[in-house]
Amino acid sequence: MPHVKKTPTRAAAKPEVASAPRPPSLVRRIWDSAVLRGPIVPQSDRDRAFVTVHTLLLHLRPVKVPARAIRFTHTFGLGGASLVLLSLLGLTGLLLTLGYQPVPGTAYESVVGIERDVMFGTLVRGMHHWSANLLVLVMVAHAARVFLTGGYHGPRQFNWVVGVFLLLLVLVSAFTGYLLPWDQLSYWAVTISTGMLAYVPLAGESLQRVARAGTDIGPRTLVVFYTLHTSIVPAILVFALAFHFWRVRKAGGVIVPPPRDGEPVDDEKVMFLPHLLVREAMLALVITAVVVVLAAAFGAPLGDRANPGMSPNPAKAPWYFMGLQELLVHLHPIAAVVIVPAVALLALVLLPYITSDDEPAGAWFLSPRARQAALLAAIIAASWTVVFIVPDAALSSRLPSFSGTTGFVARGIVPLGIIAGVLVALARFVRRRHGLTPNETVQAVVVFLFTAFVVVTMVGVWFRGPGMALAWPWQGGH
Amino acid sequence: MEPDRRRSLRTLWIGLVAIATGQAGWIAASFLRPRRADASAPALFVAGPVDGFDAGSVTAFPDGRFYLVRLEDGGFLALHRECTHLGCTVPWDAAQHRFVCPCHASQFDITGAVLAAPAPRPLDTYAIRLENGLVKIDLSRRQTRQAFDASQVTS
Repeated sequence: MPHVKKTPTRAAAKPEVASAPRPPSLVRRIWDSAVLRGPIVPQSDRDRAFVTVHTLLLHLRPVKVPARAIRFTHTFGLGGASLVLLSLLGLTGLLLTLGYQPVPGTAYESVVGIERDVMFGTLVRGMHHWSANLLVLVMVAHAARVFLTGGYHGPRQFNWVVGVFLLLLVLVSAFTGYLLPWDQLSYWAVTISTGMLAYVPLAGESLQRVARAGTDIGPRTLVVFYTLHTSIVPAILVFALAFHFWRVRKAGGVIVPPPRDGEPVDDEKVMFLPHLLVREAMLALVITAVVVVLAAAFGAPLGDRANPGMSPNPAKAPWYFMGLQELLVHLHPIAAVVIVPAVALLALVLLPYITSDDEPAGAWFLSPRARQAALLAAIIAASWTVVFIVPDAALSSRLPSFSGTTGFVARGIVPLGIIAGVLVALARFVRRRHGLTPNETVQAVVVFLFTAFVVVTMVGVWFRGPGMALAWPWQGGH
Repeated sequence: MEPDRRRSLRTLWIGLVAIATGQAGWIAASFLRPRRADASAPALFVAGPVDGFDAGSVTAFPDGRFYLVRLEDGGFLALHRECTHLGCTVPWDAAQHRFVCPCHASQFDITGAVLAAPAPRPLDTYAIRLENGLVKIDLSRRQTRQAFDASQVTS
């Protein structure tokens, strides 16, 4: 055991230390009482292994990790980045609760007070804002990385489902937090987003009443959102996250990529401490710095006090729901806010179970030919989405209206059927042209849908002006 | 019959646990169920004297969250001010003579009927009573409709 060896490597080389052992220093004694007699500065791999296993936070990690798995471009550290952003959100959120009052009469004023009267109030609120927005982006990127490297098969199947659940939790958290400033932006974004719920057949109105804690957005809505945002969702998140990490560990860490050309084929392992820990710490610092810079440079938006009598033009949902709002312009409401999200969510959850476990995985885009097919799918999706959105907006007055059964068929069933047909055709085309395996074909289809969704969201966020008419981002009024 | 007694005791315990779980679930569900509409809000909103509203006029009542419309024939309609699309507040555009939703460009005519999508149905209405020369609006119940017809007008 390393702790038996009182003076490690360097001192052992000196022969004159043969006399009586020196009593341990005070620092040494405090350190030993805190970390189970580990070395202060580990000098050997045995020391490092000892410290890793005997430190609460570090023991969650393995002693050794596969050398290829910690290559930065394999994961881009996106999971760890999510954790860093969540920690920043927890800390800044904790500070914000000390100044915020969740009552419509004073909520807006208390936020103004945090911005104006509290030292670093603007910075803390800005950090919370930017961490939250970055977190949604980084988590989606993390999911994309796991998907595109095939890291959701075998022992990782269920952890993919847990990850989808975590993403939903974070969306709930971001959305409930969106209302809290009680300004025009937040009030109307939440009005619109909860307005989408009314389209769910049969249960729509009750769902909306549950989401708003009443028929309209008022004091009760605010207190429910506040409690969800500050207690209920964070509590569930902590447990779900712990489970997620534990399953990563049980699966043997992240999926290991195949060796590059010229790399040894053997599964070389390196010490977690320092190789991975140092990288992770560096990433955490970089992300924190990015958040601080964004917060200092741009702060967090705060509009006028919420006025239920005056909708801003245009009124938009939070950006992560703008894809749905954009769909609402084109598709029948039941198709846009019920069928599409439900099918997408179901497909996302079932993804690990409808793909093959036996195909090789670990490399980005699975194989070079699959990468070509995915790129092709992305290009087709991006260009076709734009090509469909623009004339649809121009012709909207001539297309059949949304009302009645004809509206549902003409603007709901028919377009969805066309999309399904396009997907089937695309799958056949890329499989034959590029000679893809089943999993690689699924990858091309998912890339297609994801790209289309991203483009639709970007159109909604940046290219919709007053009256939700198409407009250039620099024309203002967004 | 020792095993029999054990078995029935076990059944009893499992039953008790099931009942307790059910009760706890019932309490939580009842607690979380949205409450009834605010009873303190006045159900009958007095808008003013009948003669105070010109034919072809639209008057906003922010406190009641509705518009009082007097059609050219003198009939009254009380229109809920929320767009039936996603719940934005719809302002009356006197120049265009229509309601234009700022959020998604839905348009409604003076009777609340849809002129332009994406709104799926006309603006909701409230029942109106004309009593003692006063226009009174019953805000306790909102009425949805699929199209405008003359029976919705009070005169």
